[in-house]
Amino acid sequence: MILVANIIIALFMLVGVFFTVVTVVGILRLPDVYTRAHAASKSATLGVLGILIGVFLHFWWIKGHFSIQLLLGSVFLFITSPVGGHLMSRAAYMSGVKPTELTVGDDLAEAIGEQKSHEEE
Amino acid sequence: MNIFIWVCLIIIFLSMLGTLIRVFKGPSTPDRLIALDGIGVMLISIIALLSIVFDTIFFIDVILLIAIMSFIGTVSFSKFIEKGAIIDRDTRR
Repeated sequence: MILVANIIIALFMLVGVFFTVVTVVGILRLPDVYTRAHAASKSATLGVLGILIGVFLHFWWIKGHFSIQLLLGSVFLFITSPVGGHLMSRAAYMSGVKPTELTVGDDLAEAIGEQKSHEEE
Repeated sequence: MNIFIWVCLIIIFLSMLGTLIRVFKGPSTPDRLIALDGIGVMLISIIALLSIVFDTIFFIDVILLIAIMSFIGTVSFSKFIEKGAIIDRDTRR
């Protein structure tokens, strides 16, 4: 039974390590801020969730200790990491960082222009 | 199993160093902010794996603390970049 438990824990940790490496490749190789935020916020969240669930199962099945802090931590990361990614991309847009040359459309600029004209009236 | 956890630790540590490259040479401030947020998330997984290596349950509280601190830091820095002030005064009152 210990062997089966170890295999399941190792699978969760492998998923976590794989998505952490994906995060680094995305942050280093993608062309501009928005694609980097896209890579970082999603795959870093999935990587840390995989490792936290693996550690939680290790302490539950092998040590016999049900740790509620790990569950709380994974739920908290699952909620706050996309919010942080959204805030960082929005701050990058508002501070005027240009997207890459491959971008074809910019809908947010029209929306912000409409809002400013409403505020002036 | 112990060797597997050490290999995972070394891979995550190397990816932290790779994210640090983006902190050094990122062209704009939000680039560095995104890379630092990623480093905080990787630090959480390193602490979770170290609590298995050292065989204690007392490192687990640190995970929750670093998650909250990293979120507060991200929110305040992005608000500072966006508006120029972290806590702004309400002038309409």
